[in-house]
This record gives sequence, structure tokens and C-alpha cells, in this order.
Amino acid sequence: MSAVTTTVSEDTANPYALSHLDSLESEAVHIFREVAGEFERPVILFSGGKDSIVMLHLALKAFAPAPVPFTLLHVDTGHNFPEVLDYRDRTVAKHGLRLHVASVQEYIDAGKLRERPDGTRNPLQTVPLTEAIQRHRFDAVFGGGRRDEEKARAKERVFSLRDEFSQWDPRRQRPELWQLYNGRHAPGEHVRVFPISNWTELDVWQYIEREGIELPEIYFAHEREVFNRNGMWLTAGHWGGPKEHEATETRLVRYRTVGDMSCTGAVDSDATTLDAVITEIAASRLTERGATRADDKMSEAAMEDRKREGYF
Amino acid sequence: MTTTAEQLSATTLLRFATAGSVDDGKSTLVGRLLHDSKSVLTDQLEAVEQASLNRGQEAPDLALLTDGLRAEREQGITIDVAYRYFATTRRRFILADTPGHVQYTRNMVTGASTAELAVVLVDARNGVVEQTRRHAAVAALLRVPHVVLAVNKMDLVDYAEPVFASIAEEFTAYAASLGVPEITAIPISALAGDNVVEPSAHMDWYGGPTVLEHLETVPVSHDLTACHARFPVQYVIRPQSAEHPDYRGYAGQIAAGVFRVGESVSVLPSGRTTTITGIDALGESVDIAWAPQSVTLRLADDIDISRGDLIAPADDAPPVTQDVEATVCHVADQPLSVGQRVLLKHTTRTVKAIVKDIPSRLTLDDLSQHPAPGQLVANDIGRVVVRTAEPLALDPYEDSRRTGSFLLIDPADGTTLSAGMAGAAFAGAAAEAVVAADDDAEWDF
Repeated sequence: MSAVTTTVSEDTANPYALSHLDSLESEAVHIFREVAGEFERPVILFSGGKDSIVMLHLALKAFAPAPVPFTLLHVDTGHNFPEVLDYRDRTVAKHGLRLHVASVQEYIDAGKLRERPDGTRNPLQTVPLTEAIQRHRFDAVFGGGRRDEEKARAKERVFSLRDEFSQWDPRRQRPELWQLYNGRHAPGEHVRVFPISNWTELDVWQYIEREGIELPEIYFAHEREVFNRNGMWLTAGHWGGPKEHEATETRLVRYRTVGDMSCTGAVDSDATTLDAVITEIAASRLTERGATRADDKMSEAAMEDRKREGYF
Repeated sequence: MTTTAEQLSATTLLRFATAGSVDDGKSTLVGRLLHDSKSVLTDQLEAVEQASLNRGQEAPDLALLTDGLRAEREQGITIDVAYRYFATTRRRFILADTPGHVQYTRNMVTGASTAELAVVLVDARNGVVEQTRRHAAVAALLRVPHVVLAVNKMDLVDYAEPVFASIAEEFTAYAASLGVPEITAIPISALAGDNVVEPSAHMDWYGGPTVLEHLETVPVSHDLTACHARFPVQYVIRPQSAEHPDYRGYAGQIAAGVFRVGESVSVLPSGRTTTITGIDALGESVDIAWAPQSVTLRLADDIDISRGDLIAPADDAPPVTQDVEATVCHVADQPLSVGQRVLLKHTTRTVKAIVKDIPSRLTLDDLSQHPAPGQLVANDIGRVVVRTAEPLALDPYEDSRRTGSFLLIDPADGTTLSAGMAGAAFAGAAAEAVVAADDDAEWDF
């Protein structure tokens, strides 16, 4: 037997140093276990994106050798990448998990939501998400949000109280001290929990490499038919792009984030391996949202406004 | 792995907090640390430049990087703690950037609660002022192990050594009297870049590290073998599966110290003793584990242990008590009053409690005491006496930040009312003066 944690060179004088990935992993596992200990009906938001994949991996480690004591919830925009849906279903089957799906398409078909003129379905996810939380009476909802992603998220708590309408009020957040998370809530309210709040994009990728976590293939460079809209490479497909004046071309790209096809852009890349992806991100001069998310470019407070309404 | 990935991996994590106001140049210092470590990316800078232009400002206002809320940008002030992330080849940093004014003391306390280092900024022209003393007191109260005094705007005092030396001496004497164990004073100009990332060309008389060098090299964890080992049980893992029919493990994050297989341990508050037979460290069986690792302990005897219990070495277990004397920072808009019924959350245990007394309120600017205030309001620091419905295995905060801290919660609406630190407010000489007004000057379980 040996200590699992690698000590790092700069702290050789101290045999009890933890690497930054071990520190972040330990913190996230602690958060998962706190929720398991204090809540009745937790659920993990699982999209098949890298952040939710890392969250699920951490949850599996936190409760091993017992199964994860949570179910999964995916808000399917109807414009998801087929490779990602395929990954989602394989993962659920592999670990014997239970998946709930809230479908934006069903809401549109039933006339409860209207398609936006720009075709973007990202903001449309809030209502199906909120109603699924109420219908299943989920009291803790794990999200893969990270504070380094966006400036409104930088102010988010690890335990973030939402009222019965799922609304976030940034002025009325509970101060969060030490590792003492206050999850008290009234019936009908719930708590959004962000176990990887303190991780950066690079941490996520390095952890994926260290742990040997499988990802959907669209995170790696591949040839794809794309067209340019507002400076982003969008995938041509059944969701409604391209428009007549938008020319498609085949480029070598990969996805840095995975979301709704209508507003998630690909980046030019020849990174086909984890190593190459990590090197590329370390050298990147753009944030992942700046590079790939059309919806955050709408205004200075686009994310804050969506979050207030109950978005992820 | 490539060399790049290896270099990127071989780092530790430092959590630190900055306290100061815009006037002291805090935003400029934070902006420079982020900018010079290349942590501000092109699209973020463009967004800040655009927002600054829209506001009619000529230069990009780096405060807009961290002031993420609409209300903050509208009012041009930092309201809430902002967490920022940056890295050098030597270390990763999590920065809790907190506003400095007295009405935001709760945010400073929040940022300092998880910090291993605090940067206190002063303007070289003004020296140690009331706000500086308050920031030092918060760092001392929260037992932040390392404090950096950044004497800023040295360019405006002609980089004169005597100016720096006298401020550093005054601050060091004050902070040391509050029990701050390590103080490093650095003369800087955040605006000109002197001694922030690069050594200054204007201050030959200073031979110490730059701010960033100090952040990169300060030890992140102290000698864990000297700490009292503490393990709050979070969750009992019992798969009851065909593969693991008899597995029973106690999951938690080691709050302090080191645990070993074969060690004799007590379970509190029951006081039963047993032996550690195995430690599962997230998928790997190990024979030693230490704070802050999340692990699962397996024990020799099948005794009644559940969430909220504390596992500690049999020969070094904390006493249990229902009477808590502590210093609290009141963080809620609604007050805390004598006689109030609350919930007390300590490690993984939440119990009913009643506020028996509020013997004094403390002004952090000058450490003056105001006896029997009756209640505490937002941003007040005070001494409280609390009686709990069930016994707690509580350490003095000065011995263990993790097992000496607690929250007081309003049972009606769940609001976090106060952040508590058990035992004496300050170590060192100031402790006596501060505790003198209490009936019982010694912390005594």
C-alpha cells in the first residue's frame, strides 16, 4: 500500500502537500457527500459535456464501492449533437444510472414555448428545467458551472438557494464560510450545487487526462461541415442552419464547449489527443465562452439575467 | 504526457484573499497580477475596454473584470466576494477579492475564512490607518497563517525607504500583537509595476521577494503531524451488494492532521473507541492519509456511527461540550439577539441552540469593547455564549480552523446569521485585553 497522492517537487520539505488536482478533487467529493447527507432528492444535471462528465466521475468516486445515490437530468434542446446524446446514453447504461430527460422540443410541439427568431434554444431550456425540478421534487440540483467561466458565475455560491420559481437573487446570497455549506430551504425551494466551482477549464482537462476519462469525440479535432455566423463556426444541420447567404465549408475543428448546436461554435484546431488539447488551451488567448458561445455575447449581463430566471 | 502538461501539473494550490479599497489601488494590484500572469484573456479585455468606453472612461477599468453583477457595475463598487483564478508555472491561485469598507466586513471575513494568506494594502502616503487595523484584525481573527502588507504607491513617496520602514514596523508590531504568526511587508507600486511581478529598479534597498514570488513560494500547509487529527463523518457508505456484502465505510474529508491504518480512535460524542482497519482514498487503498484529503475510513468494530460524529485519535480527542463561547461575525441583515433560538452547524453536525449571552461587541478599528450590546447587527463582531441541545466535539478555533468554526442559522427561514469561532478572539498580547470583559477569561470546556 502507498499514499495515493503524489507530492510535488516544490514542497519536498513537506511530505503532506497535495497537488492542485488532488485539492480540487477532494473539495468536490466533500461537496457531493454533504449533499448526500443533507438532502432527500438530489439530481445531477448531465448534458454529456465535459464539465458534467467530470462531475459524474467525481460522484462515482465519492460513493464507491456503493452506487451514486443520485439520478441524472438532461435538458434536451432538440438541437443536441448526436455524438453527445450517444455518449450520454452509453454512460447511463454503463453505470446503471437513471436518467430523466426534459425536452424543449416537446414544449415547443405542445405550444408551451415558442421558437425564437434567431433559432437559439439555449434560453428556452429554463422552463423545462424548472418544471422538471418541481415535478420530480428535486431539492438539490448539481450543476457543472465554474466560477472562471463568466463574471456573473464568479459571484455564485457553491450552495445557491433558488426560490420556487428557480430564481437566483445575487443580492440575497448566503455568505459561504469555511467548508460549512448551508443547504436549509423551504418546501418548494431547492439548492443548486456547484461542486467544481473552483476548477478552471485547464483543471478540467488535466483531470480528464489524469483519470483517463472518455469524452464525446467532438471535443477532438475532426473534419466537419461548418458555416460562419457572427464570427463562429456553426455546424450545418437540421436545427436550421445555414441560411441561404451563409456558405458552408469543410474545416478541421473541435468543440471547446458542448451545448445547443444553434449557439455553440467550433474552434479551428488540429488537437486530436488530450495532450494536444491541453497544450492548445494553455496557449489560448480566448476564454471558452468567448470563443464558443454566441448567447453570452448578447450583453454585458446576459449570463446574470439568464441565471436570475433559473438557468443553469 | 508532454513536458508542457507535466510542468502544468506539478503545482500546488494557494488560496489567498486581498483586502483594501479602490483608493489603495487594490483593483490595480489584482489587475496587474492577473494581467502579468496572462490570466486575463483577449475577449475579457475587449469586453472590459468596450464597457469602459460605454461609460465614458478612457482607460480600461480592470475592476469591471471582477465586478460581475449588474448592481456592482451600475454603482461602481464591489459588493460581493469575487473569486479569481490564475496560475504561474509554480502554483495555482484562488483569489478571494473582497471589498474593504466597514459595511462589507462580512465579505472580508468570508474571503479570509478559507485563505492561507491575506494581502493587506496600504497607501504609502497615508500609512497605517483605521481600515488597515481592521483588515489586520480580520486576518488575525480568522487565523490566516500568512499576512502580506503591500505598501502601495511607493512611486508617490519617491521610493523612500524610511517611509516604507516606518509603516512596516508599525503594522508588524500591531499584527504581531494580535497573534498573526507571519508578516511579510513588501514596498510596491501596483500602477508602475514595482515589486508586483518584477523586482523594482527603483528600490535597491529592498532585498525581499516581489508579491508574486512570495505567493509562489509561501508554504501552503503547515506541519500536519503537529495538528490534532480530526475526521468529521459525512456519510456512511454501505453498498450491500453481492460484490461488497459487508463493506461499511465512513466517508469524510480529513479536517486536520494525519490518520493511519492501525491507529486507535475515539468516536465522538459517544466516546467509543475502535481501530482503523483501512483507508480508501478515492479508489485506492492507502495506509496513511492527511488533511484535506477526502477518504473513507473502515473500522474494526461495528459500532453505531453516523453523519455528524467525529473520529479522532483515542489519545487526542477533543472534549465535548454544550456550552460554547466564541467570537462571531454577524453576516445577516436581521439581527442576532440574546435569548434567540438558532441552529448551530459545526462540521457535519447541525444542532438546536440558544444564544445565552452577548457579553460584548468589538470594534475592529481599535479593538475597543462595547459591553452587553443586547444584539448584533450586520457586520458586527461580538462575543457570544451559546448553549446547544446536544454535545459538540468542538476545538478552539486557534487550534483548528475547520473544527473550531461554526455557523448560526435561523431555523425559520434558513438564513446564515453568524459565523463563529470557538475560544479566544485573538492569540498573543491582545487576547487578554479583548477577553478581559468576559466573566471567564480562559477558554475552558
